[in-house]
Amino acid sequence: MTPPAQDTTASLPTLLLMLPFLTALTILLGHKLLKGASVVLSIASAAICFVISLMLLDARDSAPMLLPFIEIGKFRIGLDAMIDQQSRGMMFIVTSIGLLVHLFSLGYMKEDEGKVRFFGSLSLFMFSMTGIVLAGNLFMMFIFWELVGLSSYLLIGHWFEKPSAAEACKKAFLTNRIGDFGFMIGILMLFMANHGDVSFSGLKGGFAEGPLHEMTQTHTLFMTLAALGIFMGAVGKSAQFPLHVWLPDAMEGPTPVSALIHAATMVAAGVFMLVRCSFVIEASPDAATIIAWIGGLTALMAALMATQQNDIKRVLAYSTLSQLGYMVMAVGLLAIQVSVNHHEAGPGHPAMFHLYTHAFFKAMLFLGSGAIIYACHHEQDIWKMGGLMKHMPVTFVTFAIGTASLMGVPFITSGFWSKESILGVGFEACRPLFWIGVATAMLTAFYMTRMFVITFLGKPRTESAHHAIEAPIIMVLPLVVLAALTVLSTFESFNRLLAAMIPNHAEDHPTVMIASIAALIIGSSVGFLLYRGKNSDPLNIKLFANKFYFDEIYAVIVKVLQDQLAWIVNGLERMFVDGIVARLPAFIAMRIGSAARILTGGHLQAYTFLLGAGVLMVIYLVVFVLPQLGH
Amino acid sequence: MPSLLFYLFALITLGFGLMVVLARNPVTSALSLAMSFVGLAALFISLDAFFIGTIQILVYAGAVMVLFLFIIMLLDIKAESDRKTNVAAIVGAIVLGSVLAVQIATVSAVHHQSDLTLNEAALNLVAAGNQMAATDKDLPTISKDLKAGILPDTKLMGLALFKQYGFHLQVMGLLLMVGTVGVVVLSKRDKEVAQ
Amino acid sequence: MITLSHYLIVSGILFALGLAGVVARRNIIIIYMCLEMMLSAANLTLVAFSRFHVLAGLPDYSAQALVFFTITVAAAEVAVGLAIIVALYRSKQSVEVESVTKLQG
Repeated sequence: MTPPAQDTTASLPTLLLMLPFLTALTILLGHKLLKGASVVLSIASAAICFVISLMLLDARDSAPMLLPFIEIGKFRIGLDAMIDQQSRGMMFIVTSIGLLVHLFSLGYMKEDEGKVRFFGSLSLFMFSMTGIVLAGNLFMMFIFWELVGLSSYLLIGHWFEKPSAAEACKKAFLTNRIGDFGFMIGILMLFMANHGDVSFSGLKGGFAEGPLHEMTQTHTLFMTLAALGIFMGAVGKSAQFPLHVWLPDAMEGPTPVSALIHAATMVAAGVFMLVRCSFVIEASPDAATIIAWIGGLTALMAALMATQQNDIKRVLAYSTLSQLGYMVMAVGLLAIQVSVNHHEAGPGHPAMFHLYTHAFFKAMLFLGSGAIIYACHHEQDIWKMGGLMKHMPVTFVTFAIGTASLMGVPFITSGFWSKESILGVGFEACRPLFWIGVATAMLTAFYMTRMFVITFLGKPRTESAHHAIEAPIIMVLPLVVLAALTVLSTFESFNRLLAAMIPNHAEDHPTVMIASIAALIIGSSVGFLLYRGKNSDPLNIKLFANKFYFDEIYAVIVKVLQDQLAWIVNGLERMFVDGIVARLPAFIAMRIGSAARILTGGHLQAYTFLLGAGVLMVIYLVVFVLPQLGH
Repeated sequence: MPSLLFYLFALITLGFGLMVVLARNPVTSALSLAMSFVGLAALFISLDAFFIGTIQILVYAGAVMVLFLFIIMLLDIKAESDRKTNVAAIVGAIVLGSVLAVQIATVSAVHHQSDLTLNEAALNLVAAGNQMAATDKDLPTISKDLKAGILPDTKLMGLALFKQYGFHLQVMGLLLMVGTVGVVVLSKRDKEVAQ
Repeated sequence: MITLSHYLIVSGILFALGLAGVVARRNIIIIYMCLEMMLSAANLTLVAFSRFHVLAGLPDYSAQALVFFTITVAAAEVAVGLAIIVALYRSKQSVEVESVTKLQG
């Protein structure tokens, strides 16, 4: 551990923010000059960021101003950091996984032509993610929110020659735009309600005793809509139902990107943001209920879809969706609990705890799948793998740890504790959601066992799986480190070091404990018995395999709406755009132009006359009009 | 009596000024302008600005007007013919000029300070001389003149120029030099163009 | 009795005359003369203010120094301006403003 840095002046956060930014800028501008050096630069910047976030772990809570941005009267927007328990912990996750993914990419992307561009985008992502985590107000968060979307777009579309990747990055970007729009509306509503102060501390104060407190009493609907607007941002970024469709497709990106962005950090940003704004949600129980149900629905649906996927990365993607649904559900549930019981939530948050444990093991699972894909010559179908246990022992062990954590093997894995704390809140706040949570846990155990059995056990089904060898050390190392972190995060002493995410332990309900253990046992044993020694899927549920036909439904909706809308818009365009907006101004402009042409015809005397008239006007205004106005 | 002289010279200034604008023949305009400047110089002198009045005659009525006349003669410019009269321009000029004149008259009539007469703003030369003798011992001539009740305008002007505005004066010198060089450059006949 | 406003009004009328001349006349040389007239009108204002603003028993010589500079600038301007007019006359054989149409769109 680095020596404690007690001063959190603006210098450390500024460095944390500026370093990846400058790196990204340097690489993206000078990639032709730098070539291989840019990779080193990017990794070095990630490493330094990790060290800084370690130093910040010991820092005091503070809110340093990084850069005053706009200042008009009372209206103030700035880039101000907010260093507290939550952001310190999140910062640690982002930078540690970021660093490991950088290292892993070094091996995974070794022969890629766009390696330099990839690392540049990765640094850009680190910059924007740091911004989100440090953000002290919603404006700053929104700016970086968009930047994260951009860097995610760049990274998903890294192999843009592949049509599916190009489609996927477009889809991700557009779907996120819908969420961001809602987010923006939510921010503006809060901005209006709190008289222009959208810093987190200001909002919190406003809710405690201020304009917002009154609003929650008098304008319940307004505040509910504001909370839902904020939630829309999380729906887009954390891929909740109904905007979840982009995340599975985002797996077209390189696997390290999937691990970093689409499993551990960016998609978790939605949850992070919701926890930051939890006071907004707590103020309106209706919004909290909606959020909890959407989270629960996403969790269950995604788990069902995951049971029938054959692409190793897609299984993990749906699993991520499901776990994100869990976290969002936890946010909603805790808000319900707080608003019903009127007691202050503790410093930690079950959603953040799950985010934090999930980040490590899911990043590890993704990196592990990346190692497998790399070893099997870019084969992603699990039915073409098998028997990898013997060929890739290290990957096997780490993957086993990750799977166990995700399934929530009791007492010895971190996933169990975090899942249990969410279920505990659900048990107290909303019984139906608790059972949904248990069902999801069971499904999780089922599909993870299925994947694990098919991939690692049995006999190799194809040549490429037969000749698979362990990935190079640079790729295995991050796996091992992540596995160590996953195991470590089980222990409370390690977690106290982070002191970030641990929720105040609710009293254990025996029902919760028994239900989650039962879910695990049923799910995994069914999975194990069903898939042991099979060469093809014994189950064949079209509905799940085709993801509930969401893409198709959306396509139909878009098509129908588009045709009708296009017809109407076309009519409107002819009338307004062509007629009033285009032709009328053109006509006016032409007339004014021809009038003005007389004035500017190069006649010296006309110019002089206008000059003189202008002077007379100025004299008239200054001498005769202004004194009467009291100047 | 001084007020009568004021009206006389104001009339000369403005009357010949009008002639400048109205005369068709450029030579008439130029000579009227010279006369107008003479009237203006007299007005300057009535304001005790003897030095300014003198250089108004020397520089303006003398040098500058000669330059104008010289160019007019050199280029052999004829009087404007009637048919080219631009009615719009003339109407515009009249409107603009009269509105401006009315505005200025209103402003100076409204302000109470403009009712100051020359007697009310009398110069106190002896007191100024005493003060100057006390402070500036190096300049005995000015204070001697002042004590004797004479206004040594040129000396005071020189004092102001060289003591307060020395730098500005040098900039002016530079400007004149640049002007001279510019004139030479402009008047040089470009051989290639000429061919 | 003659007051400050008398001088100011004379100066104002002279300035208005100059402005009217600039607008109405087409001969560049006469336009130039009218410009000189406007400058002189400004000078008259300055001198009047100088005389009526008595400092320690003397006129305010700062204003007169400014007039001195104005006259200098005007002289330089006339020299350059007339040189331009001569150059113009050489290429256009005219000193009417209408003959200078290069900048017309």
